[in-house]
Order: sequence, then C-alpha cells, then structure tokens
Amino acid sequence: MKSALIPFVGFIVLAGFLAVGLRLDPREVPSPLIGRPVPSFTSSTLHDPARAIAPKDLRGRVWVLNVWASWCVACRHEHSTLVEWARGDQVALYGLNYKDKREDAMGWLRDLGNPYTESLHDPQGLIGLDLGVYGVPETFVIDRDGIVRLKHVGAVTEFVLRDKILPLLRRLDAKA
Amino acid sequence: MRRLDWYAVRATLLAGWVLIAATSVWPREAAPMADDPALEARVLAIAHELRCLVCQNETIAASSASLALDLREQIRQRLRGGQTPDQIREFMVQRYGQFVLYKPPFESSTWALWIGPFMLFAGALGAFGLALQRRARAPTSGAARMPLSDEERDLVEEALHQAAREQR
Repeated sequence: MKSALIPFVGFIVLAGFLAVGLRLDPREVPSPLIGRPVPSFTSSTLHDPARAIAPKDLRGRVWVLNVWASWCVACRHEHSTLVEWARGDQVALYGLNYKDKREDAMGWLRDLGNPYTESLHDPQGLIGLDLGVYGVPETFVIDRDGIVRLKHVGAVTEFVLRDKILPLLRRLDAKA
Repeated sequence: MRRLDWYAVRATLLAGWVLIAATSVWPREAAPMADDPALEARVLAIAHELRCLVCQNETIAASSASLALDLREQIRQRLRGGQTPDQIREFMVQRYGQFVLYKPPFESSTWALWIGPFMLFAGALGAFGLALQRRARAPTSGAARMPLSDEERDLVEEALHQAAREQR
C-alpha cells in the first residue's frame, strides 16, 4: 500500500516545482542595484543640451526613470500608458534617451507625446551601462534618499503600473 | 566528319569554367578588427566568460547584439587602462548581477547551484540501490521459501505425468 503512494507524492513534488518554475521569466534578470544607491552620473537634457541633470539634484523626492529610445518598438507600446499617467498624476517621470540621436528622439516625442518632466540624453549608452540596462524599455523607481527600489524590464503596461509601480510609489511617498 | 554534339561541347566548356572559377578563389580569414591582436585576445578571453544578457545563451564574445559590442568595447578600454580581469568581472557583476558570469563564484548563495546536481545524482543512486536490494530479497521470502507439502508434491507429479501422457 505504501509503495502506491510514492508516484503520487512524486507527482505532487513535481507539480509544485512546475507551478513555481513555469511562472518565472528567465529573461528577467534581477538587478543588483535594488537597495543600493543609484549610480551617480551627469547628463545633458534632450531639449536643452546646455542644461545638465544628475541624480543628486533629485534627492528628497521619489522619482521614476524610464529608459527609452526612438528605435525601440516596445517603447511605443508603453508610451501611451506613460502619457496617460503623466497627464493625470503629479509624477516625477524622467526619461533617459538611450543610444539615440537627439533629433530622432525629439521628433518621436513630438509625434507621440512627451510625458517626461525632463528627458536625459545618453547617446553612447554609458549611463545605461552603469544602470545595468540590457533591454530597452526599462523603468526604475528611486526613492527620496537616492536608493533604487524597483527595476522593471520591458514595457510598462497598465497592469504593471497598477500592480507594481503605483503601490510602490504610494508606499515611498508615505515614508516622509 | 562526324557532326559535333554541341550539347556535350557546351557542357564541357561550362565544367571547365566552373573548375577554373572555383580554384581561383581561396577562402581567407576576415581581417582582425583591431590593430592590437594581443589586446583583442585578452578581451575575448574575458568576454568568453561573460553572458550576453540580450541573447542569454551566448557569450559576450560570440554575440552580435549591440549591448555585447558595447561591453566588449568597455572591456577593451579597461584593459588598456590597466585594469585586471578580476576588476573587469567585478565591474560587470556590479551592474548586471551574478547572472552575467558563466562561472558563478562558489559562495553561500550559489552552493545549491554547484552542489545540487551531485546531490540529486547521489539521491538517485541511493534510490536505485534500495530498489535493487528489495528485488534481490523478494524471491527468498514468503512463498518461495516454503517447501511443498507431500500432498502438493503428489499433485504436481500427477499433473506432470498427465501432461507427458497428453504429449505422446
């Protein structure tokens, strides 16, 4: 009688592993930056090359950094979500234009809308390298002390916004 | 004079041209990209141990993704600047995590990755050994050990004789 249970137990164990494992996305690499200070950098803005912005300028507020490019197809998918969000909310949404030409990027924003408080320009991808960017679009949430709290790889859909980003922003905003 | 078979003539001429063309072009190696092949060799040595995060089953050395090109350039610049391979690997891990290393270091967070397969193998061997032992024990227990009683032996002999008679 006991030996008849073994295949059943084996099945339960296997089903348990599959239930967890099949839901993981192997392409999503966890970022080592979570919980650590955002790497310091200075970059010029897209619309005004003379103006420079660094993360330390944004200390004291919770902000979101969205890495995008005009050549990136998935960025188009998330752009309407971001535009809607920026229109309705007072969110400090900064764009990082990654490995793109200034004119192409500005034209893209003109055509599709500009949700960003400011867009930073990273033509060589060096800032992206420090941030561990490997697949555009990527979105970071940074808290008031300059610590990276979230990195989302891939397009920000309404579900990601609703279930991952907004709750985190609310939590971080509440911590005064 | 026999009429010429023009088809055969054309075929022969074509074969001739093909032979000449094929033997006059030898394959060559692509010219190296950098002026410094020694540096390139060191770059590739490090790049072969790093995973391309875009095409995740390729090394940075092999991948043609734009990120791989950027990272190879980073390696090149850092080697020129005098950094050691360990420092460069640390640079990569700080930004991309341990997943970027094809050979993760053996530490508390990765011991399951390293030892797991051996433990599973040992477990499988153990289970196999147990199953073998159980099977070896079975015939000498229970029914096989009990000798036949006299009545049962007579019954068997009767049945065997009957079968022998029926065969004739």
